Amino acid sequence: MLSRTADHLFWMSRYTERAENTARMLNVSYETSLLPQSSATVQSGWEGLLSISELLPAYTQLHGEVTPRHVMHFMVIDPNNPSSIISCLRAARENARAVRGALTTEVWETQNQTWLEVNRMIRSGEFDADPGKFFEWVKFRSHLSRGVTVGTMLMDESLHFMRLGTFLERADNTARLVDVKFHAGQNDRFGALPVASPFQAQVMTSDVSLDGSQEFDFYHWSAILRSVSGFEIYRKVYRDVIRPDRVAELLILRPDMPRSLHASLNEVVNNLEAVTDNRQSETLRHAGKLRADLAYGRIDEILATGLHAYLTQFLERVNVLGGRISREFLMPQVG
Amino acid sequence: MQQFDEMYSQASATQPGSPVRAHYQAYAEWLAGQSDNSMLARREEAEMIFRRVGITFAVYGDKDESGSGTERLIPFDLIPRIIPAHEWQSMERGLVQRVTALNRFIHDVYHDQEIIKAGIIPADQILNNAQFRPEMMGVDVPHQIYSHISGIDIVRAPNAQGEGEYYVLEDNLRVPSGVSYMLEDRKMMMRLFPELFSRHRVAPVAHYPDLLLETLRASSPASSAEPTVVVLTPGMYNSAYFEHAFLAQQMGVELVEGQDLFVKDQFVYMRTTRGPKRVDVIYRRVDDDFLDPKVFRPTSTLGCAGLMEAYRAGNVAICNAVGTGVADDKSIYPYVPKMIEFYLGEKPILNNVPTFMCRKPDDLAYTLANLKDLVVKEVHGAGGYGMLVGPAATKAEIEDFRAALMANPSGYIAQPTLSLSSCPTYVESGVAPRHIDLRPFVLSGRTVQMVPGGLTRVALKEGSLVVNSSQGGGTKDTWILQA
Repeated sequence: MLSRTADHLFWMSRYTERAENTARMLNVSYETSLLPQSSATVQSGWEGLLSISELLPAYTQLHGEVTPRHVMHFMVIDPNNPSSIISCLRAARENARAVRGALTTEVWETQNQTWLEVNRMIRSGEFDADPGKFFEWVKFRSHLSRGVTVGTMLMDESLHFMRLGTFLERADNTARLVDVKFHAGQNDRFGALPVASPFQAQVMTSDVSLDGSQEFDFYHWSAILRSVSGFEIYRKVYRDVIRPDRVAELLILRPDMPRSLHASLNEVVNNLEAVTDNRQSETLRHAGKLRADLAYGRIDEILATGLHAYLTQFLERVNVLGGRISREFLMPQVG
Repeated sequence: MQQFDEMYSQASATQPGSPVRAHYQAYAEWLAGQSDNSMLARREEAEMIFRRVGITFAVYGDKDESGSGTERLIPFDLIPRIIPAHEWQSMERGLVQRVTALNRFIHDVYHDQEIIKAGIIPADQILNNAQFRPEMMGVDVPHQIYSHISGIDIVRAPNAQGEGEYYVLEDNLRVPSGVSYMLEDRKMMMRLFPELFSRHRVAPVAHYPDLLLETLRASSPASSAEPTVVVLTPGMYNSAYFEHAFLAQQMGVELVEGQDLFVKDQFVYMRTTRGPKRVDVIYRRVDDDFLDPKVFRPTSTLGCAGLMEAYRAGNVAICNAVGTGVADDKSIYPYVPKMIEFYLGEKPILNNVPTFMCRKPDDLAYTLANLKDLVVKEVHGAGGYGMLVGPAATKAEIEDFRAALMANPSGYIAQPTLSLSSCPTYVESGVAPRHIDLRPFVLSGRTVQMVPGGLTRVALKEGSLVVNSSQGGGTKDTWILQA
């Protein structure tokens, strides 16, 4: 297929997925902010949200102090913030429009309808009146978009590039979420120490409540889980109290958790295999290595070397992978 | 001035209950049985569907509050324009004849120029025309077809007996657009009013993309049985982008932009995820000027460098061919009836609108003396721009135009103001007659063929004769009733 078409399809899916994950994170922050807690905690929650998307500097320049109202505005309806939900939905729709002929009528209409509807909801004040409902709606439209894609598209390259976009973006977004939330929740207890100490990690993971804020921990970790629809999954998988090391394991290493890094990379590799006949493809090799690290990794090892360092490196590798996909398939320099 | 209404037989009585022409009888009866509310609901439904489906045209330069380009709907009218079978049959013969002659003319212009030698058209009219492309001299194209897709604008006006007569107003042989609206309007009508289609035998049009693909494949220079056809679009901000995407999808071919193509060793390739792929036929929706920066406008990024070289080497087909504009220019239009006689030895079946060529002193004098009654057009103008509609113009506008005309007489033609036929149309105040035209799309490949009908455009402003969508025109479904 045409490289430019593949490029638009890839980015259409990435932006749709990004809008969903932003809505998920905002919704959890919004709900968490309704719990009784110190204002410093609330503050750091919203700050964390901005750091996830590396937007704290841009935000501060525009609004100064971090206030929930401004953060929500900035992350949802600010058209000048390229990561806001409205910007993501617009970019998804623009990419879809550029290749509408390559989409089924249902897929195109879903994208177009989402764009028309989100503008209406913001104009009519529905978002301000009930942010929670709005975030649910964004999530729902993303579900619909994926469903109509899988349910109506011919299972050819077009579909594979769309799926590739979805899961590469999801891997990136989940990694960022885990990174920032562990940072905030643990006061850097899992942060990279210059000399990694397995002993230290051992102590911490074996008894989470040592710092005396068990209640905070519960809400903090359950919020992360809920932001990736993982609360019930956690209970089902571990049948135990919520422990940070297991949360990390679930979101990083479990291949059966649909939003985990491992599950996302499985999809990335499968879809890459479907679009290349080249067994020597460097892109595929890179993706395969990244998946292998997740498939054969262990959470205690990861925590021992430092979660933050691990995730920083992971994000970098995902970024490199995105660049390779682009060069090999989407914008090849030939002729 | 005499009026002619497509539906009502007396132009003075165009209200529900007035006498109706035979081919509108069944429709009028049905319409009388519909409540205003149900028609209003269907209008709203149509608009909602068009918006959701994204059948829009982009407006150049405009940006909405979120920074996206503005996309407007072309107003769609619920009342169809109906043409009886016998009228269509004769129109179809006339169209085949006219387009055949036009293709012969273009071939002649770029080869032996017999028509100039015969003294039928002055050489300077052709050779000094801005649309004449010397790059095309001696270039052979498959089947000697240049205008593969021709949009012929036809209007109807009362003759001396008060009967409606069809005239060709304009030939569009470069990149005529609008066919997607013809197809979508029909789809919409069938969705909104299925019962009407069981009461009428309306000739179908949905096979247009099949005929188009057949036509494009027939023009392939490659001997391959499965030539690779692509649609070349300037991109999603072009006003007709919806149509480009629609046609590519309906034909199942790639929609490409200039950046997707490259030329190597005089062959054209597109960049795909599995490497370069050879392209045999380009249905281009980009003007000549932008096709190849090496030959035409050097700053163009919409085309592909080296394309003309590949084209002249016979390694790729460009549809429509480069240089067709020499035949649809308004300064050439007056000669088309003579072309038909010259190349085909036949009398024209479809008439031209009588036209004064201001380059001729007598015609200029007549035009200047009658500006308030005439329509004067710039020969290179398009889209309803650069024209004077005498009866509707103010004194000042007429004087401005007079000055422009006198400064450059050969840049203009003049025609009597035709009273375009009207058709009942939904407007703010209810149903009222509005002026319409018709653009059939004629396809020339191994044979010349078309789907029955075309796109009916309607001027929504009361009394207006300008139907172009860029000037606020709307569209109607066009029904050819089968006998």
